[in-house]
Parts: sequence; structure tokens; C-alpha cells
Amino acid sequence: MAVRLAHKMAIESDLVRADMVEAIEFPHLAVKYHVHGVPKTVVNETFFIEGAMPEVLFVQQIVKAVK
Amino acid sequence: MPAPIIPAKEREHIQKFFEEKLVNPVRLVMFTQEFECEYCAETRQLVEEIAQLSPKITAEIYNFVTDKPQAEKYQVDKIPAIALIGQKDYGIRFYGIPSGYEFSTLLEDIVDVSQGESGLSEASKKALATLTKPVHIQVFVTPT
Repeated sequence: MAVRLAHKMAIESDLVRADMVEAIEFPHLAVKYHVHGVPKTVVNETFFIEGAMPEVLFVQQIVKAVK
Repeated sequence: MPAPIIPAKEREHIQKFFEEKLVNPVRLVMFTQEFECEYCAETRQLVEEIAQLSPKITAEIYNFVTDKPQAEKYQVDKIPAIALIGQKDYGIRFYGIPSGYEFSTLLEDIVDVSQGESGLSEASKKALATLTKPVHIQVFVTPT
């Protein structure tokens, strides 16, 4: 769900790029971003969302975080 | 020949799904390397199998080590990687194999990219229209 949403945001805005990252295959990144549960969303290295969230909230939190 | 990843029954279902929904061509640009890690080989096979399910989908396989210009063009910094490219590069990437729940994500993303439409609500579209700075989102998942 979170991956779908992030990818939809990338389609909608030219300013957004969005990656799915499989935590087990990239353990160094999971450690770097303190991924203890999934989904975990990392925005511009500085803002984090733990768990799943409804669309509007997810989008609004991210937009607010980068302003 | 390794056994197919997508079961025959599932293949038919996906074929129909693509036939109904796909509009513009989609390229699955995949990065691997010569001595493939386990997931690299599987991801490549998955991408190739998906490309067989619609004439509108093509698989492009690159070598992450020797095809550096391509890796840079698509801003790919680790493998296995898949970039979904439609009428343009929307910035959609999969790092690691999209399995389980994320396999459905990949199929649905292909449709969105092909249609060039996010399908987000008006409220979300409005919020995104206010962005002024680049946003890089990384969503960590585990196979389900």
C-alpha cells in the first residue's frame, strides 16, 4: 500500500521520485534508516513514517514535511 | 531453463488484466550483473516473464557494472533494480525483488504508468501541486 501510494505520487508530480526497497536484500540501508518494522517510509533522508496510512494523510504528511 | 516464477494459471489472469488496462507501452528497465546474486537472477526472470504477458511491455536488461551510463541515466545505485518507464520516466523504482504483495504493486504500477494517470484523489493532487522542492521517497518492505 505504501509503495503503491509513493509510486502514484511519483506519477502525479515531476518533483517526486519513489523507491520500493526490499529491506532484507539491502540490510545496510535497513540499519542506516533504523527499519525495525515495515512498511517504513523515508522522505528526503530526514522524515519518517512508520506503518501504513490512508492516502490523504500519507500525501499530506510528506508534502508538509518537505516544506 | 529455471521453473517459471509466475504460475501458468496466474499468467492467463495477468494477460487478461493487461489486455484490458494497458494503453501506452511500458518498459521494464532492469539492472543486474554478470555474476548474479540470487535475487538478481530471480528479478531478471520475473521481469522477462512479465514482458511476455503483453505486447505493450518490454524488458530491457542492463549490466550494472558495465552499463554505467545507463545506471546513471536512471539514477540506479544498487541492484537488483527495476525502473518502470512509460511515456516518460516518472521516477518509479523497485530495489530488490517485488514478491508477494509487492508483485501486485508492480502489476498495478505498470497499468498506472501505461495510462499516465496516478488515480490519486483530488485532495492529494492539490497537495502535491504545491510542492516546490524535489522529494525522494524510499519505502522499506519485506517479502510477505
